[in-house]
Amino acid sequence: MPVRIVNLKVNGVDQAFMAKPETTLLLALREQLGLTGAKRGCAQGACGSCTVLLDGAPVVSCLVPAATVDGSAVATVEGLADGQELSDVQQAFIDGFATQCGFCTPGMIMSAEALLARNPDPTADEVNEAISGNVCRCTGYAPIVSAILDAARRRRDRAGQEATR
Amino acid sequence: MARIDSEYFRDERSSDFTVIGTAVQRSDVLGHVTGRTEFMEDRTFPNLAHLKIHRSAHHHALITDVDYSEALKVPGVLRVITYKDVPENWYGVLRLIGIGPDDEPVLAEDRVLYKGEPIVAVVADSEAAALEGASKVKVTYTELPAVLDVEEAMLPETPVIKRAGTNYFVYEGHHARRIRFGDVEAGFAEADHIFEYRYSSAPIEHAPTETTGCIVVPQPGGRLLIHSNTQAAFFTLDNTALTLKRPFTDLQVKGGTVGGGFGGKVDVMVEPLACIAATMTNRPVKFVYTREEEMQVSSPRAAERIYIKDGVMNDGRIVARKIMLYVDAGAYARHSPYGATKAAAHLPGPYTIPNVYADCHCVYTNRTPSSAMRGFGVTIADFAIESQMDQVARALHIDPLEFRLRNAYRDGDVKAHRKVASGTALIEVIQSTAALVGHELPEEYRAMSSSTPRGAGA
Repeated sequence: MPVRIVNLKVNGVDQAFMAKPETTLLLALREQLGLTGAKRGCAQGACGSCTVLLDGAPVVSCLVPAATVDGSAVATVEGLADGQELSDVQQAFIDGFATQCGFCTPGMIMSAEALLARNPDPTADEVNEAISGNVCRCTGYAPIVSAILDAARRRRDRAGQEATR
Repeated sequence: MARIDSEYFRDERSSDFTVIGTAVQRSDVLGHVTGRTEFMEDRTFPNLAHLKIHRSAHHHALITDVDYSEALKVPGVLRVITYKDVPENWYGVLRLIGIGPDDEPVLAEDRVLYKGEPIVAVVADSEAAALEGASKVKVTYTELPAVLDVEEAMLPETPVIKRAGTNYFVYEGHHARRIRFGDVEAGFAEADHIFEYRYSSAPIEHAPTETTGCIVVPQPGGRLLIHSNTQAAFFTLDNTALTLKRPFTDLQVKGGTVGGGFGGKVDVMVEPLACIAATMTNRPVKFVYTREEEMQVSSPRAAERIYIKDGVMNDGRIVARKIMLYVDAGAYARHSPYGATKAAAHLPGPYTIPNVYADCHCVYTNRTPSSAMRGFGVTIADFAIESQMDQVARALHIDPLEFRLRNAYRDGDVKAHRKVASGTALIEVIQSTAALVGHELPEEYRAMSSSTPRGAGA
């Protein structure tokens, strides 16, 4: 397979870049588009640090050849905040002290965003399942799970307020 | 948040704190949740070159030939680095605080002492070319018998693997970091019971989510700017300068953002070679461990083997404790001599025992070199000591907490290191813990106090 041009909508913006057959979505995001929020922890799909949303679904971007997802929409941690306003998940991670070294945080947040998009009222078990592919070696899982449950409450409260407005 | 019990310290400090007791946000959290925290590998540089290593295939072998001609033919490969390119090839990270000898080569010379030891570095235009180049290096070995067991390594008939002449670190002329206090054999002779158990632990890999690495960028004035995820920026700066035989002022380390360390990023494993490669090529050079390297060759917590022999009276007093402790340093010292000293400093645990004898050995084997990790030296010793306390208590049909309280050190006791204990709180901690979990202690034990001299109360 030769080098080809790949078109992606990344965080709502149309992007085009050259991809070799071995160029992963992770390396394209980091090295060609300058989006370094997704991290390389293992390069074998085991740690989840590179998690982004591909057409809404969480993927480990280190295992996705960029050329195979031409025309897709990609969401990364950089696209979550609206200006200074953080997403509910981001704010809940801050308020719940759910970060330590911070290296797993972007991937963890993207897995949480994907969960809440399809399940607005998850149980703790469902949160555990959703982040089961994301390793936090600082082992701060308990505050992370609490923060995701808190973010879900915030989203529901916001939706409730908007419905009564 | 859980209630903090400060009763014990009520006389020691005022409680009008402005920070303690409040929730203070960490300063880096906004970067963490927005993906904007700049980790070492989040920087890109034009013309960046990549460095990868060809590593030893054997635990212990003589190197008879190194042929890197095929590596140089790989498209994109720029340079091959051998030990001859390292200005001061022998080092030991603790040389900065006067601990030697320098026992480890940056790149292997005529032999390898562990599987995965670096032999040749390959610098290339791309990571893929560097990996392919490293895989094309051909090393011919004469295999030697490997020493893989700490006690075997200490036997006189075992071959010596280290050039300093012993399979153990020498502490001021001695084979181990030693404690000699009282007369342990007399203590055993007077004891009603003798208990001896063996404890052992496996190596533990820190497995930081961000692997060890650095990017070295040559500066216009000739200095080298090192972007590193080291946990020990000044250790890295000074050790790298010594290896390069360059003044410290030639180097600048930018770090402090660490994607998980846990002690695994205090050795100086990547910066010297990346600096040499950057100097040779006059290009920015990145040297980042793969996940496989992080698991296979980065220093783990040492495996330890600990024997504890106790002489105990019928009433539960420990009158003698002898400890033989072996830290498996692996092939090179790194921080392990310090770890074994910390183990000795921690013995015989927070208990007042009149007769103590300990040998803490820092032993060399043909295993992956071990080093720092979260309380290294102390953590496994504690596991052994507290397991021993439980085992002895159960054997004597004494409540394990009462057994600890009976032997707990108190203010004024002379410890095995000939220091007078002060500020002790083990008794109160156990009493509080017992109350919290509903473990009933007899009045005699509830009345004990760290500040009441032994014998005055219980």
